[in-house]
Amino acid sequence: MEIGSGLTIGLILGTVIGVAAMLIWVERRLLGLWQERLGPNRVGPLGLFQVVADMIKIFTKEDWTPPFADKFSFVLAPAIIMTVVLLSFAVIPFAPNIGIVDSNIGILFVLAMASIGAYSVMLGGLSSDNKYALLGSLRAAAQMVSYEVFMGISLLGVVALSGSFDLREIVHAQEDMWFVVPQFIGFVIFLIAGVAESHRLPFDIPEAEQEICAGYHTEYSGMKFGMFFVGEYLGLVLVSSLITVLFFGGWMGPAFLPPVVWFALKSGVFICFFILLRAAIPRPRYDQLMSYGWLFLLPLSLLNLLVTGALILMN
Amino acid sequence: MHSNTQETRDGLIEQVRQRFAEQILALQETCDGIPTIWVDRAHAKTLLRYLHEETSPLFEMLFDITAIDERLRVNREGQPDSEFTVVYHLMSFTGNCDVRVKVPLFDADLHLPTVIEIWPNANWYERETWDMFGIRFEGHPNLYRLVLPPTWKGHALRKEHPARATEMEPFTLDDDQEAFEQEALLFKPEEWGMQRKSENSEFMFLNLGPNHPSVHGAFRIALQLDGEILVDAVPDIGYHHRGAEKMGERQSWHTYIPYTDRIDYLGGVMNNLPYVMAVEKMAGIQVPARAQTIRVMLAEMFRICSHLLFYGTFAQDVGQLSPIFYMFVERERIFNIIESICGARMHPGWFRIGGVAQDLPQGWETRVKELLEFMPPRLAEYDSMVMNNGIVKRRTQGVGVYNTEEALDWGVTGAGLRATGLEWDFRKQRPYSGYENFEFDVPYAVNGDCYDRCAVRVEEMRQSLRIIKQCLENMPAGDYKADHPLTTPPRRKEALHDIETLINHFLSVSWGPVIPPDEVTVAIEATKGINSYYLVSDGSTTSYRTRIRTPSFAHLQMIPEISRGFMVPDLIAIIASIDFVMADVDR
Repeated sequence: MEIGSGLTIGLILGTVIGVAAMLIWVERRLLGLWQERLGPNRVGPLGLFQVVADMIKIFTKEDWTPPFADKFSFVLAPAIIMTVVLLSFAVIPFAPNIGIVDSNIGILFVLAMASIGAYSVMLGGLSSDNKYALLGSLRAAAQMVSYEVFMGISLLGVVALSGSFDLREIVHAQEDMWFVVPQFIGFVIFLIAGVAESHRLPFDIPEAEQEICAGYHTEYSGMKFGMFFVGEYLGLVLVSSLITVLFFGGWMGPAFLPPVVWFALKSGVFICFFILLRAAIPRPRYDQLMSYGWLFLLPLSLLNLLVTGALILMN
Repeated sequence: MHSNTQETRDGLIEQVRQRFAEQILALQETCDGIPTIWVDRAHAKTLLRYLHEETSPLFEMLFDITAIDERLRVNREGQPDSEFTVVYHLMSFTGNCDVRVKVPLFDADLHLPTVIEIWPNANWYERETWDMFGIRFEGHPNLYRLVLPPTWKGHALRKEHPARATEMEPFTLDDDQEAFEQEALLFKPEEWGMQRKSENSEFMFLNLGPNHPSVHGAFRIALQLDGEILVDAVPDIGYHHRGAEKMGERQSWHTYIPYTDRIDYLGGVMNNLPYVMAVEKMAGIQVPARAQTIRVMLAEMFRICSHLLFYGTFAQDVGQLSPIFYMFVERERIFNIIESICGARMHPGWFRIGGVAQDLPQGWETRVKELLEFMPPRLAEYDSMVMNNGIVKRRTQGVGVYNTEEALDWGVTGAGLRATGLEWDFRKQRPYSGYENFEFDVPYAVNGDCYDRCAVRVEEMRQSLRIIKQCLENMPAGDYKADHPLTTPPRRKEALHDIETLINHFLSVSWGPVIPPDEVTVAIEATKGINSYYLVSDGSTTSYRTRIRTPSFAHLQMIPEISRGFMVPDLIAIIASIDFVMADVDR
């Protein structure tokens, strides 16, 4: 395979979307396991065809747009989230010879896409003309914009150590030591900000079911809802891949397994970790999350950057 | 059983006599020993204020306000003439006693002054009384319908109001009518006592419910929001109303028992207890020790079940998804035990007038022992999962705080009261059904916030396990049902041997028992607070008036008071910490 060839692009796209869809099943089974219940186990072997059933359901459901909604942005919002997350995968190096593009602004591109992704949630909520959705998108705006800041700063340590924004270069720079060791604080902050960015429990504040029903996607149904839904899983895969690339040496691992398998295994561990987080941790209040970010994470990530910079200069 | 002893009663009546010698219309004797003072409309409020502020002991809590439609009542010896009697039930926590104040009214002139200035919780009770009987309370700020829909015609608990849909015209809804009903549902903030805007901002009105993931049933709260800050939150109830009190006037004493199960639908047989005890008191039945202990054991099992569900949903409402699933596992195991004893799970309807339906099955000890073994380690695990979780603490500590005085003002009982530092449990203060024979502590906390309300319930589960353990170890031998002609269904042992008992048996089975004319209130420490049944018998096979005083009703009325100034997520935590079910509120 060759980087950037049509075949590679097709395969990556198919795999990523396939994995995101399978996560619906994986998450429900894992939650079932951890919560002393069964989870979906009726449709097909081990309930695997649940994904197919869900897809059939979601594609054939009435795709309803409320008459009071702002049609254009209502339709646009779910498309944005899918597009930007899929675009972000373009710069991810999956293995030495697998990837779509090696951009020397890879990290910046991912951060830019995440910023655009915030619009999806905000527009979805605002265009619905629903009070719960409005509250959801207000929360989303505050949360996602704030946590982008810490996410960006937490990555600068990695950038400083590797001397590059190119994700492939960053992986190569980890041949001696994974960045999780020198950049442990950066890793933790990125992990937290990653959860906040993909707005999953415990930071699912824009869609907190117990508080504001379904938040920004209250009015969505059918495939438009499905795009938010799959978009969330795609985001999960993306964040897990980024952690693997930035902090855990990407595809690198002992030679008895092909590099791409190492990549998949590492990302898989983080995906499971995020699902476990969802099962384990309660949701903080929205203002608590904000003050935690600005008063704790921001100083910490700046400090991390300063110390890293100082250490590099000393060497 | 009751602490309304002769002494306190005489002392109280003496004080009232000295002050209101001329105004007292009558003193009524009831079999529960609660002094019942009849006073005319003009002096009712003064008397109530006197009882609240000057007597010894003081009556801090307005426990209940209700009314009786007396127009068809035959046995009223010693009571003044009245067509509609308004009944105030007051409770004293310092003196541990009750008093009832009755005010006679006539159909042509149904009004009396409101007592909201004395007890703020009178608000809903007066609205409900207006809703059900058409009695107006002068000076009430918003005397609208509370439980029935705003467009309802008539007052449902009056005797002339039909009790069954089949007694009414078939229901139709034409376009005009539909438009009219829709118009009535339109939300107008002014009617709810809300401003549309302040000087600085325009408020958002958010309709939380009647269908919302965290309102625990069909319950609506109209929120007035400034951003996400609650300016006001007005509860709207009645979506779960089934006319349980009206049904009490139609069902026989015996066949009403299953209906009580559905009042606090998480409390199971705990609901049967105050009802059957009230009927037993009027009938003069002494329940054997074994039956009492069986009742206590099952009631405590249901307390654990109910608290487990509370605990899980409490965690879920602050965003912790897993505990509810673990707790459902335990709950299921307890239900299995309950099922093997009662034959049903959530609503066994298993207590009977005079005892319980059947003796305990063979081998019940093994299963109860299992329960005592598997619960404590799981409870310890939940402590580390929920109660010691930093986020749960930050979400619930200091949220929805009230103190003991406010709790008493608003009629808060149960764990919500004990979380404010008042160690007051009915099972200790006025033991019933043999609770005086058990060793257990009354858990309490001091901060009165959401976290403490949960902590109290968690500890209560451990105490319930202690009680169940003592039931297991000391289950008395003997009968599971009293030997009394009014026991239902009646004992058959003697029935085939002499004609007298045969006749009794036949009547009791075909008509149901005839309970002698009397009035009685029996209250218990139910899962959510104090639950009481006020029954009026007119010497017939059915109750003349069944009044169910539920804890959840009182607790919901307090929501605006304790949630103003907090945020929407805090309101969810507050609602979760109250632990109510709508069936218990609306009845």
